[in-house]
Amino acid sequence: MQPDAPAPKNASGLNREIQAKIGQQLRAIYDDVVQEGVPDRFADLLKQLDKPDKPSEEGRTE
Amino acid sequence: MNVDPALRDQMLAAIPSLRAFAISLSGNVDRADDLVQETILRALANIHSFQPGTNMPAWLFTILRNLFRSEYRKRRREVEDADGTFAETLKSHPDQIGRVEFREFRQALAQLPAEQREALILVGASGFSYEEAADICECAVGTIKSRVNRARSRLAKLLAIDNVDEFGPDHATRAVLMRHDT
Repeated sequence: MQPDAPAPKNASGLNREIQAKIGQQLRAIYDDVVQEGVPDRFADLLKQLDKPDKPSEEGRTE
Repeated sequence: MNVDPALRDQMLAAIPSLRAFAISLSGNVDRADDLVQETILRALANIHSFQPGTNMPAWLFTILRNLFRSEYRKRRREVEDADGTFAETLKSHPDQIGRVEFREFRQALAQLPAEQREALILVGASGFSYEEAADICECAVGTIKSRVNRARSRLAKLLAIDNVDEFGPDHATRAVLMRHDT
């Protein structure tokens, strides 16, 4: 008779597969964000430093 | 403000990953971007304390983490998105990972204690070494290692519940087999 093919309890093999999957999913969700690159907001913020105009004490809010 | 263009470029280069880390901490894209903005401003104000040639990403991550923690302490508790961290950012996933799997993964990730999740992300996604992650989290290397290990086994346990179905070779095959069974 056919044993009811139990899930491989053999922890290590299964475990390794799950661990690989975890790593893959973790990087996938993270890289989704990374691939958005640098939002304009931050690029502008850092670009402002190029301009020689000195920020007045109060700064000017638009 | 006078900032060496090379340093500025290094900051720019670190921003995408910094945002992803911020989202993983705050669970909210808008808050994450505010955190990144604050981090940049803080970094610029303290740029003199950055030693050129050292690790710019790690420096920025450290600043961001500290900002988050002090802010978090102030705000105390906000309702955590039940769908888990990164829920908002979800869009195109690689084909090999199913939608259901992804949601379950995010939910499992959200169930981890913050310190474990953070360690796992720094090492497993941001690509920092254990040593760098320990610097960022201001703890011992061994602490990071054990947090990462505990995070991994907890995730494995959470995900293994549905393992047979979700991680098995494939759903469809099983469904077909079951149908034949009757």
